[in-house]
Amino acid sequence: MKRRTLLASAALALSLGTSAFAADEVTAGFIYVGPVGDGGWTYEHNKGRLAVEEHFGDKVKTVFQESVPEGADAERAITQMALSGADIIFTTSFGYMDPTIAVAAKFPNVKFEHATGYKRADNVGVYSARFYEGRAIQGHIAGKMTKTNKIGYIASFPIPEVIRGINSAYIHAKKVNPDVEFSIIWAYTWFDPAKEADAARALIENGADVILQHTDSTAPQAAAKEAGGVITFGQASDMGEYGPLPRVSSIIDNWGPYYIDRVQAVIDGTWESDDTWDGIGKGMVGIGEISDAVPADVKAEALALKDAIAAGSYHPFTGPLKKQDGSDWLAEGETADDGTLLGMNFYVEGLTGEIPN
Amino acid sequence: MIRLEKRPQPSKAWIWSAPIVAVLLTMIVGGLMFMALGSDPFEAIRTIFWDPMFHPQFAAYSRPQLLVKAGPLILIAIGLSIGFRAGIWNIGAEGQYIIGAVCGAAAGLAFYPSDSIWIFPLMVLCGILGGWVWAMIPALLKVKFGTNEILVSLMLVYVAQNVLNSVASGLLRNPEGMGFPGSRNFKQWDAAHNSELLMNTGMHWGVVAAFIAVLGAYVLMSQHILGFQIRLSGEAPRAARFAGVNPSRIIVFCLGLAGALAGAAGLFEATGPAGQITTTFNAGYGFTAIIVAFLGRLHPVGILLAGLLMALTYIGGELAQLMLGLPGASIQLFQGMLLFFLLAVDVFTNYRLALTGKETV
Repeated sequence: MKRRTLLASAALALSLGTSAFAADEVTAGFIYVGPVGDGGWTYEHNKGRLAVEEHFGDKVKTVFQESVPEGADAERAITQMALSGADIIFTTSFGYMDPTIAVAAKFPNVKFEHATGYKRADNVGVYSARFYEGRAIQGHIAGKMTKTNKIGYIASFPIPEVIRGINSAYIHAKKVNPDVEFSIIWAYTWFDPAKEADAARALIENGADVILQHTDSTAPQAAAKEAGGVITFGQASDMGEYGPLPRVSSIIDNWGPYYIDRVQAVIDGTWESDDTWDGIGKGMVGIGEISDAVPADVKAEALALKDAIAAGSYHPFTGPLKKQDGSDWLAEGETADDGTLLGMNFYVEGLTGEIPN
Repeated sequence: MIRLEKRPQPSKAWIWSAPIVAVLLTMIVGGLMFMALGSDPFEAIRTIFWDPMFHPQFAAYSRPQLLVKAGPLILIAIGLSIGFRAGIWNIGAEGQYIIGAVCGAAAGLAFYPSDSIWIFPLMVLCGILGGWVWAMIPALLKVKFGTNEILVSLMLVYVAQNVLNSVASGLLRNPEGMGFPGSRNFKQWDAAHNSELLMNTGMHWGVVAAFIAVLGAYVLMSQHILGFQIRLSGEAPRAARFAGVNPSRIIVFCLGLAGALAGAAGLFEATGPAGQITTTFNAGYGFTAIIVAFLGRLHPVGILLAGLLMALTYIGGELAQLMLGLPGASIQLFQGMLLFFLLAVDVFTNYRLALTGKETV
């Protein structure tokens, strides 16, 4: 309450920022694209927030706002959070990129961290996880497990992160099963249980017996369970309640350690804008327990793949690889550079269909 | 036993007091809900209705934001209300809003990076045209084939959404956007930026247009013969026909006007607060505007107030989430209550309570 009166004058001048007044306690704010109960993407970011609270106790206060639409509303939500006295704000969806940059320019003393984007500023850092590493393991299991050789993929938006995931899963499914085919449905949403369920049902009706999803709800899991004979993978969160079947494994986002690290940097005054892209090795991407529905030898191979990726001895995008149009991409033994991966806008050879554009 | 008895004519007093009673009931029931969620109900209600305007820490920022949020709602609702008065139910303003924004943005981007002062007027014009054309589809189908404009206009929203998905990741995609969908950011292109006209007031061209629309609609509906014909078509279609009103003309005019205003609102939003054409820039204004139109009793001044009230619940709701940690869904529930109570209280405009005991026959 004291800080409110102190801030009354600061509020008049947006450019002043607010962190100068935050003496005793650091406030970390989070902007979420979905509800905290989505069971996927936002749920895991919120778990990260709770980890921050638990780690720092009274020293750090957290605030959040959920289901913030990407667009004009996001800029207002972020501004209000900065005005409320937050010292560091994590904006956890790609669509918050331009709003984050715009607000950051008005609050030079507040630190911002934007997930999955590419624009930085002195007080804006970016962070993301190498989910494609987890997709490689999914692809391997999917390729081994499918009987119909048809794998359905519920994609969200045609952005590089999603395209990387599709490519990585496909490359590794194809490696163990040359007959495998991917059908991809673009849902144009991160979280819409009804749409996701429809997409899953459509894929299953067309013969897919493996459903991979890059959307955040558990609706595809429920649809697969209902259909029977279909396997799925948890997305963003473990979704373990759908195991051992249909959910046979999962990619788990683990943001907690990163958030604790960055908040600590703010407390210490050592925070600097940087670009973080961690994977299985650093623990930002976790692989959920592989259920008993997967044969022991497949499970062992998948775990070996995971260890190789974690150790850095294997890169999921290792040549020889060609692009969908047949042109060369990576030569034998060559691995993809981060720049190409970050802007990936092409399918690898063998995938059918076009990336919507 | 209590029963409802039809009034001989709608009660004037209830027409104007119904929204106020509805807001009060929403505050009471909503307060109980917030209490059940473990928050102080008075603090929650104050945060939603008072803080956005007067909170020392936020008000300087959120007061202008009320206009930013209310502007497109009012602009669209004004267009819709005129059709609703004539009994023409355009439910597809969201689609007209999207197409207006897409057409206007495309017209502007075709000349990127020109800094001519004609860029923005051209974009506005194309935005209006885009919305108008999209609304002409249900209008002409209705006039020629008697199709239902509710269904056609609503279905065209989904078509528009897919057009938007396509152009945001294709035709209008920012070539310097590293392969990510979304157009260039208009905020970084002065000639096309719908910026604030006065610093920190929230006034941009879209808000100005909304105020002009309120005035225009008021004059049209109360002073102009066309306004009279529109009202007559809605209240007594047969009488209107005898009076020589051409129903097709009314349909084309009402849908066209609503489409044009929605298209303009879309363009102002895309070039202003939203800043770019993305797959999610639309944010449901076209649907919320229907609520605003009814909340404002289809009257221009009522719509102006209703738009501001709606904006207040949005921004106040965001503050309540942020300051009190209330779940986002509870805010939506709160807004839903407002509409529910309005419709419920509205019954008393046309009906009154009567005790059955007094009934004869």
